[in-house]
Amino acid sequence: MGKLRTIGRRAFLIGSAAVVGGVAFGVYAARTPHDNPLIADLGAGEAAFNPWVKIDAETVTLIVPHADIGQGVAHMQAILIAEELDIEPGQYATDFGKPDAAYYNTAFAEEGAPFMSRDESGTAETMRTIVGYATKLLGMQGTGGSTSVADSFTKLRTAGAVARETLKLAASMESGVPVDQLKTANGAVELPDGTQMAYTQLAAKAATIDPVTDVVLRQASEWRLIGKDMLRQDIVDKSTGLQNYGIDLEMDGMVHASVRSNPRQGGAINGYDATAAKAMRGVKAVLSVTNGFAVVADNTWRAFQAVNAIEADWGKAPYPAEQAEHWKVLSESFTDELLDDEWRHDGDVPAGLEGGEVVSAEYRAPYVAHAPLEPLNAIVVVTNTQADIWTGHQMPRFVEDYIAKMTGLDVANVHLHNQYSGGSFGHRLEFEQIRYATEIAMQMKDTPVKLTFTREEDFAHDFPRQIAMGRGAAVISGDTIETLDLSICSASPLASQGPRAGLPVPPGPDMQIVSGAWNMPYKIDNLRVRGFRAPELAPVSSWRSVGASHAGFFGESFVDEAILAAGLDPMEARIAMCDYDVARKCLEAVAEMSNWGSPLGENRGRGVAFVSSFGTPVAEVVEVTMTEDGIKIDKVFVAADVGQVVDPINFDNHVKGGVIWGLGHAMNSEITYADGMAEQSNYHDAEGMRLYQTPEITVMGLENQTKIRGIGEPPVPPAAPALANAIFAATGQRLREMPFNKFIDFV
Amino acid sequence: MKLTVNGTEHTLDVEPEMPLLWVLRDELKITGPKYGCGIAQCGACTVHVDGSAVRSCSITVGDVDGDVTTIEGLGTPDSLHAVQAAWVAHQVAQCGYCQSGQIMQAASFLDLNSEPTDEDIDNAMSANLCRCGTYPRIREAVKTAAKTLNEA
Repeated sequence: MGKLRTIGRRAFLIGSAAVVGGVAFGVYAARTPHDNPLIADLGAGEAAFNPWVKIDAETVTLIVPHADIGQGVAHMQAILIAEELDIEPGQYATDFGKPDAAYYNTAFAEEGAPFMSRDESGTAETMRTIVGYATKLLGMQGTGGSTSVADSFTKLRTAGAVARETLKLAASMESGVPVDQLKTANGAVELPDGTQMAYTQLAAKAATIDPVTDVVLRQASEWRLIGKDMLRQDIVDKSTGLQNYGIDLEMDGMVHASVRSNPRQGGAINGYDATAAKAMRGVKAVLSVTNGFAVVADNTWRAFQAVNAIEADWGKAPYPAEQAEHWKVLSESFTDELLDDEWRHDGDVPAGLEGGEVVSAEYRAPYVAHAPLEPLNAIVVVTNTQADIWTGHQMPRFVEDYIAKMTGLDVANVHLHNQYSGGSFGHRLEFEQIRYATEIAMQMKDTPVKLTFTREEDFAHDFPRQIAMGRGAAVISGDTIETLDLSICSASPLASQGPRAGLPVPPGPDMQIVSGAWNMPYKIDNLRVRGFRAPELAPVSSWRSVGASHAGFFGESFVDEAILAAGLDPMEARIAMCDYDVARKCLEAVAEMSNWGSPLGENRGRGVAFVSSFGTPVAEVVEVTMTEDGIKIDKVFVAADVGQVVDPINFDNHVKGGVIWGLGHAMNSEITYADGMAEQSNYHDAEGMRLYQTPEITVMGLENQTKIRGIGEPPVPPAAPALANAIFAATGQRLREMPFNKFIDFV
Repeated sequence: MKLTVNGTEHTLDVEPEMPLLWVLRDELKITGPKYGCGIAQCGACTVHVDGSAVRSCSITVGDVDGDVTTIEGLGTPDSLHAVQAAWVAHQVAQCGYCQSGQIMQAASFLDLNSEPTDEDIDNAMSANLCRCGTYPRIREAVKTAAKTLNEA
């Protein structure tokens, strides 16, 4: 594959950001730990052994810096610390902490280097280490790419162990009993005579000694929490209405705002008439903001009403106004000039394509909105000396940098108070709510401004999933797929997203264009996967599973078509072609779970798909029935391998949610543009899956791979191709474009 | 204008056309009912008026002619309603933003139909959107709650 040569001409997303950002790149700097951000705020008698564990006379507080956007990582992070700290759920508090470089994400490096995740060669690992240095130097604290468990697994258990051993040392100094005679359990050190010294009691002593960092982590057989059924810490609050989200917060003297900016995203505002709005009850001000206006009122609904009462003259969109033009740009972008990278080329594909009858197909994946149920919102207070923001966000330090740039304040005086989010799916990687809330707050200094987007504004300004197009060509010889060529074209989500986050457009190819397809685990004599980068169209952003949400659909649909053209069974052929043990075991698991090959009866069909994204291989089998009312999805079987399941109940819930996300959007959701504006404005236009459409889903978590991986995104990509493959099996109709309801009815 | 919420009577000075949701959230600071869509498409704002589930985003406060119960009035961590207890037992929530509405919908539905079939549950719960896709657990939790309520 000439990997070294390929690497030589590649720049890396994060590495290049480090270079462009002017970060000194040296081994010394890379190996030096960040300062512990908890130290500065410690009061007398409070101890912080590392950035994740803080203890005072009353409370053990575990800092959980990954943003909880519904995936349960607040709980997961605490459990990893608690496992080694010997403290039980309920005996500690959790806090998202202050954004800080010390919370950089060690696992971003896994996807930041352009290698297949299964590639554990020296070259791949070395490049990951280098990218890892960059993420550390940049202090890239962030939640995304299904990295939270991978980032936390060793780091947080170590943090717990360091705290435990330090507390034991403190107990030893207090009691005179040697450390090796001390035990720990239930948030206390136990002396040989049974005396309990609570960690909180030991805080003052522990604060005076250097943390004990020479620790050995426990073996899996000794775990009492990890891998066991447990109650997620937020479940009771989320079942009683007590969970506060950013949108629920209230401050003294707070005003309520809403905003409308040009629905042609990025287009200007030429003028607006706010006369009627200003006279409406409760309206305090109508303010100009970038490309739009904001209403400040004494109540959210009154702000919404006033926003709706304002007529504006909107400028043109900085991208093609009509959807058909977007598709045209894509279809014309499969050119040598726009070749982003040849990610994989086994054998000789051009020669293979000459050698026989070519089976070909073209696929499409539309723009899709994130539309988490909690609309974008933020509370911001700007004074002459500092700014504070309360919102849920996946990139906390970027938020602070963003506001520092806007206000001219030193970033040290900008504080994000991160919040639980009512979903994200990538939406809270963006900065629209940050920008507008801050613009309003800058015009109303010292007043807490709560900005709430209407659902319609949220849809209009949701930077959606990239549209993409895929072209497959295959040559079958007898019952063998001899040649398979996949070309995938999309705009680069990272190129669109980077500048909005204050990052330079990353040089080099974008792996997300082909993610989930180039790494298909199949041995085919001639196999090529190429990415083509379309010019930027509508602004796009990372959407749960990012590139694999389109490339996985293209790859696994076309592999299915090729297998069927060869007269083979889709499951048996995949297993036979699979050259990656971890993947094959996922396929074998779903084959067994679904009783693949058993008769289903008339008008029914099964489809299988396998996609590995973010390092997690996932196989899914979908069963459908063609009824008089349309396609009914009956059952789904899933096998996913994350190396180690930390929280089995949440894992199961998450896999099912990912499948439903993947199926629902494949069924019925897209964003299309007309006159430069998204045509979909609320959930009736893009509803995803409803409960009555939900199949019975059976989940198996496998633990065969050596690395620890995430589960937030990987169940999504196989769902759409497995559904399309099942519909073909049931009806003979091949669906090559999402959403499928443009071509077939669903029950 | 008077409005009774969770057993407490409030005197309000608001436009009668203000949706109940915003009276609850912004005037009375009762934030369990959530804003999701504003047009009765998602159900996150569901509350009870005299025991029946209504979309509080789409009923004006002037049209409310009964006592309002929100998720906060249904039960508390120390005294969970059977539906809430089932939601905890099945660990339904992911982000949790829709769950107040789901629970209020389920409680009202089970009040009317104590022995629901799977189809009844699908019909009753399908107007409540969950973007995280917790539907399989919602189904199970509704069944558990039905059982608990019948045994009570």
